Amino acid sequence: MTKKFIGKRVKRNEDPRLLTGQALFVDDVEIPGMLHAAFLRSDYAHARLLSIDVSAARQRPGVVAVFTAEDMGEDWQPGPPLVSPPPTAKDVIFHSRRQVPLVKDKVRHAGEAIAVVIAESRYIAEDAVEDILVELEPLEAVSDLEKSLQEGSTLVHDDLESNLAAHLIQKKGDYEAAREKADLVITRRIVTDRGAAAAMENRGIVAHWDEKSQHLTVWDTTQAPIPIRNGLAARLGLSANQVRVIAPFVGGGFGPKMMMFYPEEMLIPWASMKLSRPIKWIEDRRENFYATTQERGQNHDVELALSRDGHILGLKDVFLHDTGAYDPYGLTIPLNTQCHLMGPYDIENFTSEVSVVFTNKTLVTPVRGAGRPQGIFIIERLLDIAAKELGIDQVEIRKRNLIPPEAFPYEHKIIDQAFAPLVLDSGNYWPVMKKALDMIGYDQFVKEEQPRLRAEGKYVGIGITPFIESTGVGPYEGARVTVEASGKVFVATGVGTQGQGHFTTFAQIVAEQLGVAVSDVRIVTGDTTEFHWGTGTFASRGAVVAGNAIHASASIVRQKVLKLACKILETPEEELELECGLVRVADTPHKSISLGELALLANPLRGAVEPGTEPGLEATAYFGPQYGATAFGTHAMIIEIDPETMMIAIKRYITVEDCGTVLNPLILEGQIHGGVSMGIGNAYYEKLHFDENGQLLNASFADYLIPSATEMPRIEVGHVETTSPLNELGTKGVGEAGTIPVPALFSQAIENALYNRELEILETPLSPNRLFELLVNEEKSR
Amino acid sequence: MAFHKVNVTINGEMEQVVVPSNMTLMRMLREILAFTGTKNGCSAGECGACTVLLNGEPVNSCMVLAVECDGTEIITVEGLAGDKQLDPIQEAMIQEGGVQCGFCTPGILISSYALLKRNPNPSEDEIREALVGNLCRCTGYVRIIESVKEAAKRS
Ligand code: FES
Ligand code: FES
Repeated sequence: MTKKFIGKRVKRNEDPRLLTGQALFVDDVEIPGMLHAAFLRSDYAHARLLSIDVSAARQRPGVVAVFTAEDMGEDWQPGPPLVSPPPTAKDVIFHSRRQVPLVKDKVRHAGEAIAVVIAESRYIAEDAVEDILVELEPLEAVSDLEKSLQEGSTLVHDDLESNLAAHLIQKKGDYEAAREKADLVITRRIVTDRGAAAAMENRGIVAHWDEKSQHLTVWDTTQAPIPIRNGLAARLGLSANQVRVIAPFVGGGFGPKMMMFYPEEMLIPWASMKLSRPIKWIEDRRENFYATTQERGQNHDVELALSRDGHILGLKDVFLHDTGAYDPYGLTIPLNTQCHLMGPYDIENFTSEVSVVFTNKTLVTPVRGAGRPQGIFIIERLLDIAAKELGIDQVEIRKRNLIPPEAFPYEHKIIDQAFAPLVLDSGNYWPVMKKALDMIGYDQFVKEEQPRLRAEGKYVGIGITPFIESTGVGPYEGARVTVEASGKVFVATGVGTQGQGHFTTFAQIVAEQLGVAVSDVRIVTGDTTEFHWGTGTFASRGAVVAGNAIHASASIVRQKVLKLACKILETPEEELELECGLVRVADTPHKSISLGELALLANPLRGAVEPGTEPGLEATAYFGPQYGATAFGTHAMIIEIDPETMMIAIKRYITVEDCGTVLNPLILEGQIHGGVSMGIGNAYYEKLHFDENGQLLNASFADYLIPSATEMPRIEVGHVETTSPLNELGTKGVGEAGTIPVPALFSQAIENALYNRELEILETPLSPNRLFELLVNEEKSR
Repeated sequence: MAFHKVNVTINGEMEQVVVPSNMTLMRMLREILAFTGTKNGCSAGECGACTVLLNGEPVNSCMVLAVECDGTEIITVEGLAGDKQLDPIQEAMIQEGGVQCGFCTPGILISSYALLKRNPNPSEDEIREALVGNLCRCTGYVRIIESVKEAAKRS
């Protein structure tokens, strides 16, 4: 059946509100009598809390309350674990140490909250924070990954024997045997470092406990309102129905807004109940750099074994993963890294050993990419080195190793982030890569243009990087679809929205089934009173999991519509069609009834109904994938490096994506553009610089540079569709795809551009300065 | 803290407000006048989410004191559209897909609007330059730039 709405460039339903300043964000919530909160945070990364005196703060006019850990009494408890701990298999070590609402005995990262002031205004609250006398005894900070595991290192958590948070080995085939047979073994140390998600909207919470109705309403910049509701109810001793969590318009999520619970997320509602007053807390940008989660610090010692013709025989990777001061997110990120270390390649022998370490730095949880960019960076770097050593073309060596189309579903024989076997559901990789090569004109560039430009003294380089992205993971999402008497359709689902265009793509899915205009479908996301069940928007799963739940509900409503219309129009269902908000007889279109009229008839005020009849044209359905769908893509770019400043001008940027069925190319391309820009930041501008004392040195947008309009290239996007067999719509996620391959792509293109230098890039992020240093080092070592 | 009377014209309407000396224009707009379309991304002049027009010039409203605005004319995102009609830059952003989360959008709109007022036919480089103070984490600017080009065609 050809699709009318799915796959079309439909304009976004949500835009008019966002463009006229009428969209509600958390900071826009205003409640009469609302108080404001500010936090006292530690300047030290590691310190013992000796004493704290809040009496002066409490006396400041306008201050309503000051709370410390001690004031919380029994209510002081570490946050809940966010993901289930790994199964207690042999050799798996996992020490769960979760973030605390306020520091009780020891500070474990700079910016950790020690006390909260609640006052009549934010100004007063911030002034009162300065009144607090706190005595901290600084301790040696654990900052470096390697050193954290050395004998005698200071401990982040005193009750543990070392800073080891978790340890896990994954094996497939027999790497050692493969190594024996190899013609070439490449051994390297590759390091990836931290960056920030840096959503334009900082975090924020407004909590309103209404004593009279015994009801708590919370506006939260969260990606996962339903789990927040559940957790708040459990912690605050309320029933889930007494708590309403609303994630209104959220100004970008990218992962960190999916941390549960941030200390503030628990404290503000708790304080609102204590004081019976509404309270607002809005994070400032500096707090966002210290207290909002970050990602990507890993040290890899890796080996790739190959045959002379470039076939990969095996991969071995022993790595450290920095989890920061606590590890509420379990093993999600390092497992994702392991699942992407083999990239899109057919590798039979694999060993990966990860040690997760505690450091005195901000907590680590997924940031757009979530461990995947690291895995792709490692394998792609190794293949580039192998290609050079074996004298094989960069593209050719990749082509030889791609998983062939007939091998799908491809069982990887290791476990994924959900501790389930990693299976790549479907794919046809080479045509995607080929399309990227064609779009960028690879052969022509390498054979003609590049030699010509080099002869003119220009440093131009090309890179091409294929990658996979595991997406659309479980467990499930649900949705309720209702045809209203107006003929418009109302849809409620539990996931939150942070700019992905759900109000439009979800509406397209409904329109496809019910034949109404996309603008006549009203979607509500992220309000726990509208839909009770669900998990959240993460791991590129919104369009896949919630999208398919909406599709399932809309399909049931369609059946109900047809059944009723068949009686009323006295025409068999097969001869009916749903078009323009009507059900009509295909051959005699004037014989019709509107959806609105049918909705009224389905909910009669008088008379008898057949037994078993449900009122209305409404259905609720759920979707849970058997396992996540894996998308594939290839990015290619041509750059020119200014040898004086090391600034990189991106001349062309191509992405070709295969994320299954495309719901809306306008929105899909936007997701890719944004992902690429974050990837460019990750690759060449953005690095969080922590010193050996665990102090962040660049906690502002003046010092931490995210790409601006002058750094971003145009991006040409190509599509290939290999539908996923795991869901009816055939979709795969794309939210993180743009980000994943970019650091690998940059390194390749830079090395290619600086062809007359013996440069080997084994780290990310880079920067113009860092590239300059690497070149100086290279010159010295010659 | 001293308080001051400030007379301003906001989106064509005269307003008189009393503000403390340390209050920024951004906070006056958001907290006193409830023009919450103007966003706070950093309060430090680094992100551009708070951009408004002050006597026709785009400024970061978090870096301007409210008392300095006495006798000025201010346009915020709420003032771009006519009664029923969106401004061409707003229309173009819908058509070209220039909005994702929408948090940077008010500032981007104001900077683009100001650009098109002083230069109705900007080149791509001029557009990029005009937007360099407005950070966006969602779009990679690709479609925002297309939107400004489209708006130039429309107006
Ligand atoms: S809030 Fe004014 S520049 Fe960021
Ligand atoms: S659209 Fe989200 S920051 Fe620009």
